[in-house]
Amino acid sequence: MSAAGDASLAASLVAVDPAGLGGACLRSPVQPARTQWLEMVRELLPHQAPMRRVPFNIDDGRLLGGLDLAATLKANRPVAERGVLAAANGGIVVIAMAERLSPHTAACLNAVLDGGEILMQREGVRIQDTAAVGVIALDEGMSEDERLPASVLDRLAFLIDLEGYDLRTPLGALHDADDILAARRRLPGVSCPEPLVIALCATAIALGAGSARVSLLAIRAAKAAAALEGRDEVTAEDASTAGRLVLAPRASQMPRALAESPQAEGGDSPPAGETNIEPPPAPDSAPAVQADVAPDAPAQISEEDFQDIVLAATQAAIPRGLLATLRGAAAQRAPNAGAGRSGATRTGGVRGRPTGTRGGSLRGQARLNVLETLRAAAPWQRIRGRTTAGDRRIQIETADFRITRHQQRSQTLTIFAVDASGSSALHRLAEAKGAVELLLADCYVRRDQVAVVTFRGRTAELLLPPTRSLVRAKRALAGLPGGGGTPLAAAIDSAMKVGAQSRRRGETPILVLLSDGRANVSRNGAGGREAAHADALRAARLLRHTGIGTLFVDTSPRPNPLAADLAAAMDAHYIPLPYASAETLSRIVTAATRGAPPRSTRA
Amino acid sequence: MAESRPVFPFSAIVGQEEMKLALICSAVDSTLGGVLVFGDRGTGKSTAIRALAALLPPMQAVVGCRYACDPTDRESWCSECAERAPEAALKSRSIPVPVVDMPLGVTEDRVVGALDLERALSQGIKAFEPGLLARANRGFLYIDEVNLLEDHLVDLLIDVAASGENVVEREGLSVRHPARFVLIGSGNPEEGELRPQLLDRFGLSVEIRTPTDLAERVEVVKRRDEFERGRSAFVDKWKKEDAALRRRIVAGRKRVAAVVMPDPVLESAARLCMQLGTDGLRAELTLMRASRALAAVENAAQVSAAHLRRMAAPALRHRLRRDPLDESGSSARIDRAVLEVFGP
Repeated sequence: MSAAGDASLAASLVAVDPAGLGGACLRSPVQPARTQWLEMVRELLPHQAPMRRVPFNIDDGRLLGGLDLAATLKANRPVAERGVLAAANGGIVVIAMAERLSPHTAACLNAVLDGGEILMQREGVRIQDTAAVGVIALDEGMSEDERLPASVLDRLAFLIDLEGYDLRTPLGALHDADDILAARRRLPGVSCPEPLVIALCATAIALGAGSARVSLLAIRAAKAAAALEGRDEVTAEDASTAGRLVLAPRASQMPRALAESPQAEGGDSPPAGETNIEPPPAPDSAPAVQADVAPDAPAQISEEDFQDIVLAATQAAIPRGLLATLRGAAAQRAPNAGAGRSGATRTGGVRGRPTGTRGGSLRGQARLNVLETLRAAAPWQRIRGRTTAGDRRIQIETADFRITRHQQRSQTLTIFAVDASGSSALHRLAEAKGAVELLLADCYVRRDQVAVVTFRGRTAELLLPPTRSLVRAKRALAGLPGGGGTPLAAAIDSAMKVGAQSRRRGETPILVLLSDGRANVSRNGAGGREAAHADALRAARLLRHTGIGTLFVDTSPRPNPLAADLAAAMDAHYIPLPYASAETLSRIVTAATRGAPPRSTRA
Repeated sequence: MAESRPVFPFSAIVGQEEMKLALICSAVDSTLGGVLVFGDRGTGKSTAIRALAALLPPMQAVVGCRYACDPTDRESWCSECAERAPEAALKSRSIPVPVVDMPLGVTEDRVVGALDLERALSQGIKAFEPGLLARANRGFLYIDEVNLLEDHLVDLLIDVAASGENVVEREGLSVRHPARFVLIGSGNPEEGELRPQLLDRFGLSVEIRTPTDLAERVEVVKRRDEFERGRSAFVDKWKKEDAALRRRIVAGRKRVAAVVMPDPVLESAARLCMQLGTDGLRAELTLMRASRALAAVENAAQVSAAHLRRMAAPALRHRLRRDPLDESGSSARIDRAVLEVFGP
């Protein structure tokens, strides 16, 4: 089926079982196709089912519920307010710009998707509310590392990519609201025969597609598909649909069973091949055999055929680019790229230690300091009381509101730009790696984030986006190959970009550049030492203007005037590695960090 | 907290033996210091912990006490119980073991307790309204995604988990009350790491992975699906096994104090910790306690080297002087040390 057909089918399935399937992640820029798709879901949902749209930066109070301040003051007792999720019970919540969802909001959302209910303790009220909702996450991310947090992705059945979708063929609904209603009625009675459960699980494992939770979502999708078709039992066709829509977009490896023929594998027995060869001795496979002989089971099709059918259908639907990148990239990266982004992005003024109060209005995520508010209102009580004699309530006005201020330590991001070119690499790459590891250990102690940019050949590459996970940094470095030219200018540019981004997030970036300073590839990718050095110097001067603290570690065998030049141009601490002991490096980085004093943010 | 819906039964959880064992041991000996479950997404971390709560037998608590004080343990009483006790004998009642969720969005006042808003607004009385820490006393405090918890809440937890007492000095209130709970945390290490200080507060730590074995995966998915379709029926189906496990935990609790720790076993525990270069005595103590809890669960009169071996990884994994970059991981290092100390 075409991509448009699949997108429409996913819309129908979401409408059939929003809470069971978790929903969908719609990766697409703002475009008519996206609007059409959302419209389609709206049309298909039963009329009473709500569909609420929320912004990515919604505060917890609005999302989950909290204290309704206006009502609380009026009633003189805490009054809870329902959040959007509770209000959308039985329907769908649409999250705009979901790639910007904070890890914290994502975690709240996950808890609700898992339990189908809201359990909250906030602001003096306890909230327990059912919220069986589906989530449609609108992911407008432009680049690979701008994505919906992986933990949420794991709970949504469908990943629909409308990027580059052809606008000339509008998306058309495959079903109407009556079909959906009929399917909804039928769904509770739909069952999935054991061989198909096995087939879907085997496909998920063969493709490395997600956790056990995703396998379960695939089975639910198959059931919803069967219900839509008016069947009470899932067929191979429904399972293939589920494989195509749920598993294929998550494939992280080539299916081994297809790469080699299953029979040839015998010895190392991947799980998919195992069941093919002999009936497994495990006791839980017994029902599978029974299902095969059961009269209404499709008698001619054996279990391994099911697996082949589902796997083939799923594999055919894997986006073409996906496998190409997988084959190309030595799958060094952690399976869930994007998780690295979650090293807390600080939102101003709502986190950290409370440091006193100030007057202000209750907008956004500001937290009311009740006692200070009462204190502020106290002197005026007699005057205000005149208007309502006999009423012993405390009169509080907007001007009395006092809001807790918070102080947070600014997060530091240490960007390592590592020269892996031939000139550097042959002798010193190992030492440079050693130095980086040392600094990483230091970052760990200080709870900094780290990012790694490497450069060799013609370009610089962001090997590791900012993360707190040092294991990933270590892994990224370990697999770093050496050789090729030294595109210093590109490296400085790339590191600067990462630094600038981190600054926009309110962090303090520090750049540690490890290189021998012998640039020989200029910005346009051409060779030539002089042009390359001039380019590098220009980039260095630009870097100085950004004011990012920089440490230049000269990795050449003896101190090198070119490197010293560059270091001077970027106003960096220059350290020739041969003389730099572990302590020196560590001390200098620490000193550079101290340059960033604790930042006091106003709420 | 009353569960509104039946939860997935503990015995029905497929695989993840190390996690189940660690949870059972922490239920047998609450002084062990809780369990940290780190692992992949969708591996049933939260499911297991909620299931454990449903499994535990009820406990006796003082009637009217906001901190659910134990009527038989005079030393652990809160100040209110201590004041009332001499005048009248404290009445007790049977309550389920509290399992308190600490949701990520929680505000500090709900955790430590705060000024009672209602009474402050309507009557102008300064009264203390206990928070989550008070409710978790003698029970479990569960934090999902513990590695994403806000820093100031982590600081707070580190302090309370160590002292077993919650000291509130805020909004003009000055209150202290017992807060002894088993801390259970779960999370995905890829989303952020845990502060070493908080790491140390957890007695045991387990790592879990997504099952890649087909039979296991199919079983996980099938049971989950069956549960979702008919919760009560599914819970009934596993009732017997859950009850058997509950009996083992109860028996283990009674037995644990009497389990003998022979000197040679103690010595090898010490050697293991020295071999691994763990800091301080906490590692050895936890390893001893965990092995003793395991022996108690398995109805053994004394701790054997085999018990020690099985608990070595969960008790020590997160306490190794950490080379933050050693990817081979703590588990491999422990395995090596275990082989050296105990032989193959």
